[in-house]
Amino acid sequence: MYRSDVPGYVVLEDGTAFLGFGFGAVGKAFGEMVFNTGMTGYQEMVTDPSYHGQIITFTYPMIGNHGVGRWLMESSGPKVGAVVVREAKNTNYDRTCPEAWIDWLSANGVVGVGGVDTRALVGRVRRLGAMTACVAAGHEFSVNKLLEETRGFPGLSGRDLVQDLTCSAPYEAQAEELFPDGPPPDLDGRRYHVVAFDYGIKYSILRRLLAAGCRVTVVPAGYTADAVLALKPQGILLSNGPGDPAPLTYAVHVIRNLVGVVPIFGIGLGHQLLSLAVGLGTFKLKAGHRGLNHPVKNYPRDSIEITSQNHGFAVEPPPVVAQVLARDGDLSAIPAEVLWMDSAYGPVRVTHLSLNDGTVEGLELPDVAVLSVQNQPEAGPGPHDGLYMFQRFIELMERGV
Amino acid sequence: MPRRTDIHKILLLGSGPIVIGQACEFDYSGTQACKVLMEEGYEVVLVNSNPATIMTDPAFAHRTYIEPLVPEVVTRIIEVERPDALLPTLGGQTALNLAVALQEGGVLERFSVEMIGVNYEAIRRAESRDEFRDAMSSIGLRVPDSAVVNSLNEARDALDELKLPLIIRPSFTLGGHGGGVAATDAEFDEVVLAGLDASPTHQVLLEESVIGWKEFELEVMRDIKDNVIIVCSIENIDPMGVHTGDSLTVAPQQTLTDRQYQRLRNASLAIIRAIGVDSGGSNIQFAYSPETDGLVVIEMNPRVSRSSALASKATGFPIAKIAARLAVGYTLDEIRNDITRTTPACFEPALDYVVVKTPRWAFEKFPLADARLTTHMKSVGENMAIGRTFKEAFQKSMRSRELDVKPDIPAANGALLALISIPSAERYDFILEAYRRGVTLQEIFEVTRIDKWFLEELQEIVEAENAIKAWADRGGVFAISRSDLWHAKRLGFSDARLAQFLGCAEMDVRTRRKVEGIVPTYKGVDTCAAEFEAYAPYFYSTYEEENEAVPVADKQRVLILGSGPNRIGQGIEFDYCCVHAVMEMQRQGYCAVMVNCNPETVSTDYDISDRLYFEPLTFEDVMNIVENEQPMGVVVQFGGQTPLKIAERLHAAGVPILGTSQDAIDLAEDRRRFGEVLEHLGLQAPPYGTARSEKEALDIAERIGFPVLVRPSYVLGGRAMEIVYDRDGLRRYIRTAVKASPHHPVLIDRFLERSVEIDVDAVCDGEDVYIGAIMQHVEEAGVHSGDSACVIPTVTLGGSVQEQIEQQTAALARELGVVGLMNIQFALQQASDGARLYVLEVNPRGSRTVPFVSKATGVPLARVATQVIAGRRLRDLNLPGWGEAVREKRVPRLRNLDHVAVKEAVLPFPRFPGVDTTLGPEMKSTGEVMGLASNFPLAFDKSQLATGIRLPRAGRVFLSVTDADKDPAVLVARMLWMAGCELLATHWTHEALARNGIPSQLVLKFTEGEELRLAAEGLCCDPEVQAGARILSRQGPIITIVDLIEEGKVDLVINTPRGRGARTDGYEIRRAAVRRGIPTITTMAAALAAVQAMVSSTEDEVSVVCLQDLHKGLTAHTSGQRD
Repeated sequence: MYRSDVPGYVVLEDGTAFLGFGFGAVGKAFGEMVFNTGMTGYQEMVTDPSYHGQIITFTYPMIGNHGVGRWLMESSGPKVGAVVVREAKNTNYDRTCPEAWIDWLSANGVVGVGGVDTRALVGRVRRLGAMTACVAAGHEFSVNKLLEETRGFPGLSGRDLVQDLTCSAPYEAQAEELFPDGPPPDLDGRRYHVVAFDYGIKYSILRRLLAAGCRVTVVPAGYTADAVLALKPQGILLSNGPGDPAPLTYAVHVIRNLVGVVPIFGIGLGHQLLSLAVGLGTFKLKAGHRGLNHPVKNYPRDSIEITSQNHGFAVEPPPVVAQVLARDGDLSAIPAEVLWMDSAYGPVRVTHLSLNDGTVEGLELPDVAVLSVQNQPEAGPGPHDGLYMFQRFIELMERGV
Repeated sequence: MPRRTDIHKILLLGSGPIVIGQACEFDYSGTQACKVLMEEGYEVVLVNSNPATIMTDPAFAHRTYIEPLVPEVVTRIIEVERPDALLPTLGGQTALNLAVALQEGGVLERFSVEMIGVNYEAIRRAESRDEFRDAMSSIGLRVPDSAVVNSLNEARDALDELKLPLIIRPSFTLGGHGGGVAATDAEFDEVVLAGLDASPTHQVLLEESVIGWKEFELEVMRDIKDNVIIVCSIENIDPMGVHTGDSLTVAPQQTLTDRQYQRLRNASLAIIRAIGVDSGGSNIQFAYSPETDGLVVIEMNPRVSRSSALASKATGFPIAKIAARLAVGYTLDEIRNDITRTTPACFEPALDYVVVKTPRWAFEKFPLADARLTTHMKSVGENMAIGRTFKEAFQKSMRSRELDVKPDIPAANGALLALISIPSAERYDFILEAYRRGVTLQEIFEVTRIDKWFLEELQEIVEAENAIKAWADRGGVFAISRSDLWHAKRLGFSDARLAQFLGCAEMDVRTRRKVEGIVPTYKGVDTCAAEFEAYAPYFYSTYEEENEAVPVADKQRVLILGSGPNRIGQGIEFDYCCVHAVMEMQRQGYCAVMVNCNPETVSTDYDISDRLYFEPLTFEDVMNIVENEQPMGVVVQFGGQTPLKIAERLHAAGVPILGTSQDAIDLAEDRRRFGEVLEHLGLQAPPYGTARSEKEALDIAERIGFPVLVRPSYVLGGRAMEIVYDRDGLRRYIRTAVKASPHHPVLIDRFLERSVEIDVDAVCDGEDVYIGAIMQHVEEAGVHSGDSACVIPTVTLGGSVQEQIEQQTAALARELGVVGLMNIQFALQQASDGARLYVLEVNPRGSRTVPFVSKATGVPLARVATQVIAGRRLRDLNLPGWGEAVREKRVPRLRNLDHVAVKEAVLPFPRFPGVDTTLGPEMKSTGEVMGLASNFPLAFDKSQLATGIRLPRAGRVFLSVTDADKDPAVLVARMLWMAGCELLATHWTHEALARNGIPSQLVLKFTEGEELRLAAEGLCCDPEVQAGARILSRQGPIITIVDLIEEGKVDLVINTPRGRGARTDGYEIRRAAVRRGIPTITTMAAALAAVQAMVSSTEDEVSVVCLQDLHKGLTAHTSGQRD
């Protein structure tokens, strides 16, 4: 769809407004304006629970090209507040994606605005940082009114968004519901029992664990350490999730009680919570990392991974990173030996850094069998360069604490 | 790892002449590599036979050899230069094949040269079909089922296992050359034979047909630490079955889900590792069937390619530059992204726009060629367009084609669908037309298998057209709503198209647009979708809110217009001129702004100009840039005919044309006005007339006398130009050929038979004139100058003739008011009262020969012209030969060259089976090479070798010439005979030779053989012929010259054409010779040159010339300034 008669509005907190046309549901939505530079994976992105509380602007200008399919879902449905695109497509010619994008958004109540100079919008967000915004589609709106409401809307910092998403009771992940052709073959016949904390878990994480031969019990974010240990897990997964890790003190507390007891693997928000648990700090990034092309260096292996990313907060890097950034920016040249920090649980090794800005992308606590990664090694969408992390988690479980 | 310090001197191989399948993308990649390696402090030795390239400019390497790219010559260069390393991945398949030959011949080992960028084993694994298939199956990937065969019999046996239709691909050829699809047994035999012939290893692959599957390409890079990235994905809109070089393609891929795309990405990573390309780029092609989820790997090129040039321009990620750095030891994380400056090169570019590439074909030049698009590449160039949406990019790309002729669209829908079903140059014009007539998407899908996503996009374009057309009856351009106009522009419709829909003039649309404030914005190509701040001033237009291309304030801007897609008659030579103009304007302190739409070129490298606009070269698009940049003026004289075509409108719109004025351009191009100039100067031109009707044409021809040269006005490359010998021929021409340029009349000139053609390139500053060179054509007048070999210095022109040429050139330049470059073509005809000089044509712009002249003389003509355009005076430039000429009161030029440079044209005939190989006034060559030596025969010989023709040193030479050529033929034959060659001749030539005491063997003509065969079967009514035929056939099979050629029993064919068209004797002979790759000469002048070369260069020693040494020698005895 390259135009429609429904007026569309994108209003940023700083007063900038972009006009376009509405597609998807009629109405308005508020949230933090973020952009993702991926050229594929729009369906996976909008169903990724980590986008809860946010509005996605797709930098790729044509979105909806292949339609929507059940097996590309990353959760039960769209989690994003609204979407902004240059051109929305309503085609569904791909065999695996029988539903059309615009129809699906409408049916799921997601507001979309198209025809927007998204590049100008992205430039603004890049320069000014994350902002609250409003996206509205319909005849009854005015920019001034929307701006006023936008300014009254809270930002993400300090809010617990996990409670909106987490499951209400534990459940076991079912392969039949996650794979089009049923459960994948159990590769080595060994099955580890993994308990996964659901901070807004992506289906792809479950898919990867199942494919690696694990049995996965998903538990609510507020589950206690004792309740978890009662399930006799061989490993614990801290899932991805939305927003700021700082207010999730209950989760940090539980994790502290599990570190050193069972091997732990943290992804995304889970990585940040783990970092807080072992005494590292977190902070909000100016515009966040969202895309499928982020170079990350694995220092122990001395290799580069192209990663899928979606995070607005990050873990405080060791001081050497700031020194290098101030010097020549050659992050890749940092010797692996200097990327160690101390913690109450023994040494913490920074295993991965983003080569774009030095963000901590992976940690390891060798003494307590803990592993974590900031980006999305499970992909869905994005490159598969980080899939080996699941194998490392399996090895960790094999060895135990 | 930092750069390697164990190597110091690197030999880089270029790709040679522009041919179909290998064009100026390798000048782009090679130039980038040269720049990088020199920046890194290596000594660069470059070999490339193509003088029109930028890379062979002496400033781009330390040691430049314009020499044939054949093993013996490169071996000699290695022996002389002793490089430490050989980098063969930036010169296309030519360089890769040459590297393989040097490795297999033990040359690299003998001189301890290390191959870098790729290794021999990786090349073998990627190129040998068997090894490739094994490598793929080892990583769980499938290639189409196939068999490799070495003969027709083996191929027939393979049919037990494989099912037709099959794709036949010869091993080790570029652009799928010599391959094809066979659906029937008969087609199978034919294509297999052609493929075996085309393959240098005499090997073809028979392959499962995946026709109709979707086709994708991924550009992959890997470093020595095994880091791998994907630079770009490209989706072919035409499904499998059309060569990717002939497909419309789009980047990034549009129709795959992330999961499907990641499958291709994972496969690509596995492939580059399995093949073992350890420090460079590769291109991998896949076929994917959405119905079955089937994926097969089609091929992998372990080098930079046409697609990687496209990918570099499409993403802003300079693949060749990075590949060169990786080859000398850097890793991806050590290289910065130039555009963002802060992030590394080890990432995968994110696009926030859509890129469409459209090929450009030249079938109008080859009426007998099969114009269906197949797995065998036929296009000669391409354009790329960038838009924010597919529709916008597609429409920009369609108008960037710069078609001379509108596609001929049939009236009936059935016929239209039938045409759509066959991939062709006009396929997308037909599809759009079909939608206009109400044909459905499903109907088009069924005959094309083009993904419905693309078909829907095209349908939306037509729907939008209809919405605009609806305004035509409701008040037109001044009534259309702002919103409709805005959306139309956002969809990529040009003002000209909108004017058609609304029934008004283009300027009306422009006016209305500007009243409404609908003007384009310019967006940056930044590799990162605006995630980071970008520093590369590389822009495309679109209709959005924010304009990123804010003009620089501290410098005057100069706009340089490029030459658009390569086509026959307009190619890399013009890009060479444009790039020099850019560099010189920068040196003169201006902000040089480049406009072009050809992704293959150096000029569209964002590193070259101060600002690059990747835009169509139409009036509207250029005018928009002018309004955005507010330049001091526009330079139109370096981009060939493309900028000149819009110069008049730019001038009329008040845009200053820098250099030669619009009026001077018109003066040279308008026949009547130019006639007055000649008359005023007392110069002669062949008698001519301008006809607007058939009757007028016949009258003119009668008046000036046959034969006449006819052509439409205002075209380049001799498009539709013909020599016509009588009234019937003229009538046929007027009726069938002139649609080439419907708004312009037909020009008729007396054709000067048997004259010598001369080209002159000169620079004028309005007052003084400097002559770059006088070039003598090897072929006689009548062969298009672009197809003729030519030589510097002239070989048979006397001093007084040269002086006449100089004076006439200077007089014309001054009279026309040329400021900058000009090219004049003269013809010298011997008459009873002495030689007479005629002015054939004057072009007040840079010509095709400018780079050749610059390389041959060391005078950078395009730069000199640019200085003049920027306001400097020639007399202040201290040009070589200036002082001496002033003293002698002659027109300045560099005299007394002690070497000879021959430029030879490269023709695409092997690509078009069935096309006659004779040369005529219509240009057919795609590229050129240069031969440099101490004398003419040696230089000519080198030039032939560089085009791939090895003139035999002995053996059997077949001679068959027209009556008019009998005299020189006797001379040629005598030289050959004395050199020990065996001569074969048909009847009349045989007799003429016999009368001169030269023995030759009589052979039958093709038609004689046919006649005799028919007669022997009793199918001839002449009893005498029948009787003769019976006697002959009893003596053995009837053997004609064509049979001998096909059996490989002839080493050289000298055949001058008699008459035109198919099925003549000459046609069959030349066709057979091309098929067998036997050198064929079709003019006596070339035969004389060739035979001199054959008899005079018998020694084995290869001599090579380094351009820098040569130019130094030239400056030694002139006081020239050079860059």
